[in-house]
Amino acid sequence: MAEIKLEAIRKSYGRTEVIHGIDAEISDGEFIVIVGPSGCGKSTLLRMVAGLETITSGDIHIGDRVVNKLEPRERDIAMVFQNYALYPHMSVFDNMAYGLKIANVPKAEILARVNEAARMLELEPYLDRKPRQLSGGQRQRVAMGRAIVRKPAVFLFDEPLSNLDAKLRVQMRLEIKALQRKLGVTAMYVTHDQVEAMTLADRMIVMNAGVAEQVGAPLEVYANPATLFVAGFIGSPPMNVLSHDIRPGRGPLDPGAVIGVRPEHIDLVAPGAGLIDFDVAFCEPLGAETLVHGVTAAGDKLVVRIDGGVQLPADGTRVGLAIDPARILAFDAAGRRTEI
Amino acid sequence: MSGMVEKRGIGTWLTHAGLILGIAIICFPIWIAFVASTVTQDDLIRPPMPLLPGPHFFDNYLEALLTGGVAPVWQMLLNSLVMALGITIGKIIISLLSAYAIVYFKFRFRMLFFWLIFMTLMLPVEVRIVPTYEVVASLGLLNSYTGLILPLIASATATFLFRQLFMTIPDELTEAARVDGAGPIRFFIDILLPMSRTNIAALFVILFIYGWNQYLWPLLITTDPSMNTVVMGIKQMLPTGDQTVEWPVIMATAMLAMLPPVLVVIGMQKLFVKGLVESEK
Repeated sequence: MAEIKLEAIRKSYGRTEVIHGIDAEISDGEFIVIVGPSGCGKSTLLRMVAGLETITSGDIHIGDRVVNKLEPRERDIAMVFQNYALYPHMSVFDNMAYGLKIANVPKAEILARVNEAARMLELEPYLDRKPRQLSGGQRQRVAMGRAIVRKPAVFLFDEPLSNLDAKLRVQMRLEIKALQRKLGVTAMYVTHDQVEAMTLADRMIVMNAGVAEQVGAPLEVYANPATLFVAGFIGSPPMNVLSHDIRPGRGPLDPGAVIGVRPEHIDLVAPGAGLIDFDVAFCEPLGAETLVHGVTAAGDKLVVRIDGGVQLPADGTRVGLAIDPARILAFDAAGRRTEI
Repeated sequence: MSGMVEKRGIGTWLTHAGLILGIAIICFPIWIAFVASTVTQDDLIRPPMPLLPGPHFFDNYLEALLTGGVAPVWQMLLNSLVMALGITIGKIIISLLSAYAIVYFKFRFRMLFFWLIFMTLMLPVEVRIVPTYEVVASLGLLNSYTGLILPLIASATATFLFRQLFMTIPDELTEAARVDGAGPIRFFIDILLPMSRTNIAALFVILFIYGWNQYLWPLLITTDPSMNTVVMGIKQMLPTGDQTVEWPVIMATAMLAMLPPVLVVIGMQKLFVKGLVESEK
């Protein structure tokens, strides 16, 4: 078990800087998710913690050590890779035991630890099989087993669920969370999927273009996005962005500034009864809820989330939008959150 | 598909007849050689040529093995075996190591070295035989196994093959091994070697036959009959001038010389085909 501390971490490839100084403190036993779009540097950051990438400047502390110069195996970490990275010629047992064998752990203890992990992950019937004889979900479990048996201070996950189908992904997501809770090991988890981030994280780091845009608990980040990027990235469908201020008694916005409102914070009312009207373009009924897409008179596109049971407005009709002004967030031209 | 399997007509018979005829044509010279190795010299040179095996199989083969030409064939077979195995194993080890270095380690002039190795493809033994002989002779390696094996041991083809194989192994596997604590040598032995084993088997077959069939180089550097290899030995048994020769003995030697490569191919057939066809990731 250990805390992780990142201090002003930077990474450059040649002259191109891809990570522009990231600070974060992760406490013992915390599950932290790094989330961001492709190419934002989230995997690079994780790989720097793992020791697979060099650190251009800054310090990484794991526990009370600065690990910048240490080899991965000396950092007391275990990593789960996107493609599982199982050794294809070794049985499931050997895959899990390999790290322990190298560390000269006594045979009896290896056996005990691997069996314990296999029991926890329900892999016992498969210990003699080769990875290619397993399904995707089982391979994923073996990869996790390989991480567990080493009893590391930190788990690192690099998009571990992105190769699984949707159903299995939800199931494995729950298993990972349960396992981390049970073992109480500090975990860093990289994903581009904001649902995974929201459901798994104790706290999340939202990254964009090599910068940590916001660090915080999922619901806190959702309710109070620090930047326009975070507002758009976290939440599905994303926050509505309007270039015209619709709040009563307000002048026009500064050039480039926008306001945002979540789709679920809008109610459909009779035309003229709300803050603003919009023309319904089409509806997406999803069962429990329906997404109503439309355009305001000023040309801003909006999505409204309404209950699935409600009568759908016909395409092309004009409806009013009732919005609580307190739910409206404002962002300046640089995309930073501003107070009302 | 089922239509193709069910088809049992004149077409099937014709195809099979064609195939059998083709095989017969290819095998006929080998059959003749075998027949010739089982009869006496008198039977052989009296027309018509015998087409069925005679009763002297053991006489001829024993004579070949124990007396042979300039050296007994068992000794030449042994020399060939040592040379072929030496070349094969040496080539595989060297090319595995050099491919490992080129793919996994970043060092100065890495690509230069790769192209240097690659360029030796253009310089087979025959092209560089005079300077190579000079070097081997001045090192005092004539008439030695080292002299037979060493100059043939570097292989650009095998290096290239292993390089391509290593490049298909995902980086994540290397990284997983690093996280597991495997150093470079451990990674090579525990991960890369087992993953290359089908390719190693395929190369073993190809290189063994290459080594076994070496003719020019052994002919050049072995003057002592006890160091002759069997392939050059056959040539030396052939008549020069007015000498009479025992053709049945020569044919028995030829059959014996053919045997080890055949055994290697049959023995490693399964792995060999796997190595050429399948990449197991």
